[in-house]
Amino acid sequence: MKLDLLTSLYVFMLAAFIGFEVIRRVSPLLHTPLMSLTNALDAIAVVGAIILAGVVHERHALLAKVLGTIAIVAATSNIVGGFLITDRMLKMFKASGPKKP
Amino acid sequence: MTNLPNADIIIETTYLIATALFILALKWLSSPTTARRGVFAGELGMLLAIAGTLLNREIVEYKWIAIALVLGAVIGVPLGEVAMTAVPQRTALSHAFGALCVTLVGTAEFYLRAPNVPPFLMAVLSMEVILGSLTFTGSLMAAGKLQEVLPQRPITYKGQNFVNLGLLGIAIIVAGVLVAHPEKMYLFPVIVGIPLLFGVMMIIPIGGADMPTVISLLNSYAGLSAAAMGFVLDSKLLIIAGALDGASGFILSVNMSKAMNRSFSNVLFGAFGQEQTGPAAAQQARPVKSATPEEAAAILAAANKVVIVPGYGMAVAQAQHKVRELYDALTKRGVDVKFGIHPVAGRMPGHMNVLLAEADIPYDKLLDMDEINGDFPQTDVALVIGANDVTNPAARTETSSPIFGMPILDVDKARTVMVIKRSMAAGFAGIDNPLYYLDHTLMLFGDAKSFVGNIVRELTGGGGHG
Repeated sequence: MKLDLLTSLYVFMLAAFIGFEVIRRVSPLLHTPLMSLTNALDAIAVVGAIILAGVVHERHALLAKVLGTIAIVAATSNIVGGFLITDRMLKMFKASGPKKP
Repeated sequence: MTNLPNADIIIETTYLIATALFILALKWLSSPTTARRGVFAGELGMLLAIAGTLLNREIVEYKWIAIALVLGAVIGVPLGEVAMTAVPQRTALSHAFGALCVTLVGTAEFYLRAPNVPPFLMAVLSMEVILGSLTFTGSLMAAGKLQEVLPQRPITYKGQNFVNLGLLGIAIIVAGVLVAHPEKMYLFPVIVGIPLLFGVMMIIPIGGADMPTVISLLNSYAGLSAAAMGFVLDSKLLIIAGALDGASGFILSVNMSKAMNRSFSNVLFGAFGQEQTGPAAAQQARPVKSATPEEAAAILAAANKVVIVPGYGMAVAQAQHKVRELYDALTKRGVDVKFGIHPVAGRMPGHMNVLLAEADIPYDKLLDMDEINGDFPQTDVALVIGANDVTNPAARTETSSPIFGMPILDVDKARTVMVIKRSMAAGFAGIDNPLYYLDHTLMLFGDAKSFVGNIVRELTGGGGHG
């Protein structure tokens, strides 16, 4: 258990460094889609909510089921809405082509 | 149920692939040419991870999961289809939903595990629910202000910072007690309830123009709370997704604060909107030059190089499509037209670019402040539409100005400056703008949409009124 937490800290640290390096390179042009995309990715928390709602617990079974179900709804709306709007925004970004429409 | 001994390996593999796809998604977002591939990678990763999770053998009941997934999708679709002007409040709302998910899962995890919660776990669990619940109400407040269902003016009162910091302090102290004594389960509601209140109080003193920073900061908190949830559930995938989101929000917050020359604490604890009465009032009577749409059109038509500087006022007036017509009319006449975008133009980072892209303006004409500022001395006309403080030369020269030091677009260095503005009223910061009184500045008084429309009519020679 102790080792797991330590591994988790390493993972977090490395992911934060990767995040800084990758996101620094995103052009300010796309900062709004960046925020909506990271928001959709962040909704991967749905995985935790699914397990919470689906596993039968001995104690507090109802609490876990209710909170887990609401959490799935909240996260799923972020996944669906986040990917949809990010793609809609990115579709609008067009380069000035050789000929004007 | 399948009882494959290697089901866990399959699940872990989907998580591993999802992690790689998430990182690729952000990497591909670096350029507009690959960005949509990034969205696809993100979607694929998400699908894999959810499918993998559903294989978990401990999951015995799928009915509620299925209902919740469908319901979430039903709510998500309209949220993905809002107008581009409404994207900031949609984003704030999605931060609230993300934080809600994290807070609810954290709360359930506490009651499932208590009273046997090891100290480290209790510490990250506390962080998860404190950040989650303050982000939840804070983001709802921000969304309400952006949607204008709540007053946009900052609301301040005496001792506000003391109250806010006090609330946060109490929550942290109680969390500390729980780390030492997780069996005191009656204390848990305090570390959810107080941050919920703190989230509301935190946003009350924040005004509309500070929203880009605040949304970015809330984005960062949402990411960090999800990463904390990853620690609690021992999910590396969630830790990584949360860390990426947290890093992104942090970078954007730093960008926004730099663009306003303010520190985080200044944004959160120093309401900007208080009236700067006095000097501004005295200068109201100074003469300005104004011009008609006909005159403006003639000057623009004679120019070689034009830089348009749009601000949030342009979006409020819904003038972006008229601006595109102006861009087309000038480009057709061989005028080189570019757009200079200040990082805080709009209500969230990058918002102005999205609004202009929606109006079909090619993205290679949209230039960041640092890219365009060197061009102004060679620019014939700088046309400012609905922007004010971000063009104020006092930020460069007047040490007494409240916005001194804020990086601005150097429009005053262009040969001619034209400013479309409703009236001579001061901008958000309540500061007078010396730009308007310069010899080479022409004020174009009127509504942005109709004024730009009139210029376009002159340029294209339609209508035949003139």
